[in-house]
Amino acid sequence: MQKQSPVVPVFLAVAAGMFAYAPFLIDAAPYESTMGLIQRIFYYHVPSAMVMFGSAFVCGIASAVYLAKRSPQSDAVALAAAELVVVFGLIVLVTGPLWARKAWGVWWQWDARLTSSLVLWLIFVSYLMLRRFAGAGSEMLAAAVGVFGMANVPCVYWSVNVWRTIHPNTNVVRSLAPEMRLPFYWCVAAFVCLYVGLLLTRLRLEQSRRGLEAAYAEIED
Amino acid sequence: MQFFRTVLTIARKDLVIEARSRELAYTTLFFAISVVLVFSFSFVVEGVALTDAAAGILWVAIAFAGTLALGRTFERERQGDTLKALLLSPVERPAIYVGKLLGLLLLMTAVEAVIVPVIGLLFQAPLGRAPWLLVGLLAAGTIGFAAVGTLFAAMLIRAQSRDVLLPVVLYPITVPLVIAGVRGSAAIFAVEPNLAMAQAWLSMLVFFDAVFLTLALWVFGPVMNE
Repeated sequence: MQKQSPVVPVFLAVAAGMFAYAPFLIDAAPYESTMGLIQRIFYYHVPSAMVMFGSAFVCGIASAVYLAKRSPQSDAVALAAAELVVVFGLIVLVTGPLWARKAWGVWWQWDARLTSSLVLWLIFVSYLMLRRFAGAGSEMLAAAVGVFGMANVPCVYWSVNVWRTIHPNTNVVRSLAPEMRLPFYWCVAAFVCLYVGLLLTRLRLEQSRRGLEAAYAEIED
Repeated sequence: MQFFRTVLTIARKDLVIEARSRELAYTTLFFAISVVLVFSFSFVVEGVALTDAAAGILWVAIAFAGTLALGRTFERERQGDTLKALLLSPVERPAIYVGKLLGLLLLMTAVEAVIVPVIGLLFQAPLGRAPWLLVGLLAAGTIGFAAVGTLFAAMLIRAQSRDVLLPVVLYPITVPLVIAGVRGSAAIFAVEPNLAMAQAWLSMLVFFDAVFLTLALWVFGPVMNE
C-alpha cells in the first residue's frame, strides 16, 4: 500500500474551517432588498453549481485521456469526478427549489438553467448506473458517456437557453454588491477545497480497492 | 473508396436481413403508432389537440421507435455473434460504424415516412406549410439521434442489462436534439408560423450532428477494440 499523502487532510481541514466561518461572513453581509433572508442560499447554491459544472469537465477530460491512453489512473479520476458531479448536483437541485419557492412562488420552473442542470445531472447519474450495472468492461463504456457528457454541457446549455430563460444569468456574480462579494468568494473557495479533498479521497479509495483486487487475483493464481 | 464500399456492404447486409424478415419495420412502426395513440389521450382536450402537441408527439414517437430499432438491430448481431466477426474482419472501425448507422437511418426514414403523415392527419399539423424545412429538421434530428444511438447500442452489446441501459444513457444525451427538433417543428406547425425560428433550430441541429458524429467516430474505435 502506498503512503498516505498529507495533502488530502489539509484540503479537508481547510474546507471544514472555511465552512465553519462562512455563516459569520454571510451574516455580516447585507440583506438583498427584494428577497431578504432567502437570498442567502445563494452563497451555497451558486458555488456548488460551479463545482458541479467544473467536475463534469474533469470527468470528460479524464475519460478522453482514458479512451486515448487506457491508463487506469485517468479512469479512477473520471469515476471520482462523476460521483462528485452527482453529489454537488444534488446540493444544487435541493437548494435551487428551496430558493425558487420563495423567490418565484413555485418549486420548479422549466427555465434554462434549471433544465440544463437537471439534464447534466441525469447524464452523470446514467454514467454511474452504467458503471454499476453493465458488468465487465464498463469502464470503456462509461468513458464514452463521460466524453459525451462533457461535450453536451455547452449543447444543452445553448439549446435550453434559446428555449427559455427566467433564471438570473451569470452577470449577477459580477454585479454583486461589494459587501456580498467576500462571503460569496469565500464560499466558492470553500466548495473548491471540499471538492479537491473529496476527489483525492475518492481516488485513494479507488486505488486501494484496485490494489486489494490485484492482491486477491494473485492469491488465486 | 474502400471505406465507402465497406460502408455500403454493411448497410446492404442489414437491409437484406430486414427485407427478408420485415420484423423491425413492422414492430417499430406499430409501436410508433401506439405511442401516438397513447399520447392522444392526454394531449387532446375536447376533441382539439393542445398547442404544440403534434410536434412533441412526433419527436417522442421517433425517439421511442428509434430506441426499439436500435436495440433490436444489435440484438441480431449479438445472437449470431456476427458483430465479433465484423470487428475481426480487416476493415476500418469507422467504416463499420458508418455502415450500421446508414442501415439504421434508412429504417428510421421508412418508419418516419409513415408516422409523419399519420400525425399530420390525426393532429391537423400543417405538413405542407414548409415541407423542405420540416424534412430538414427530421433528417438532421434523426441523424443525430441515430449517430449517438448506434455508438451506445454497439458499446452495450456485451454489457449486462443492456436493454435498460440503452435508453437510460441515450435520452439525457440526446436532449439537445429533442429540444431543437420539437421547437423547430412547433415553430412550423404554430398558428402563426415562425419559419426564421425553425431555420435557426435547423442550423443548431446540424451543428449538434457535427459534434456528435465527430465524437462518435472517434470513440467507436477505442471502445470496440476488445
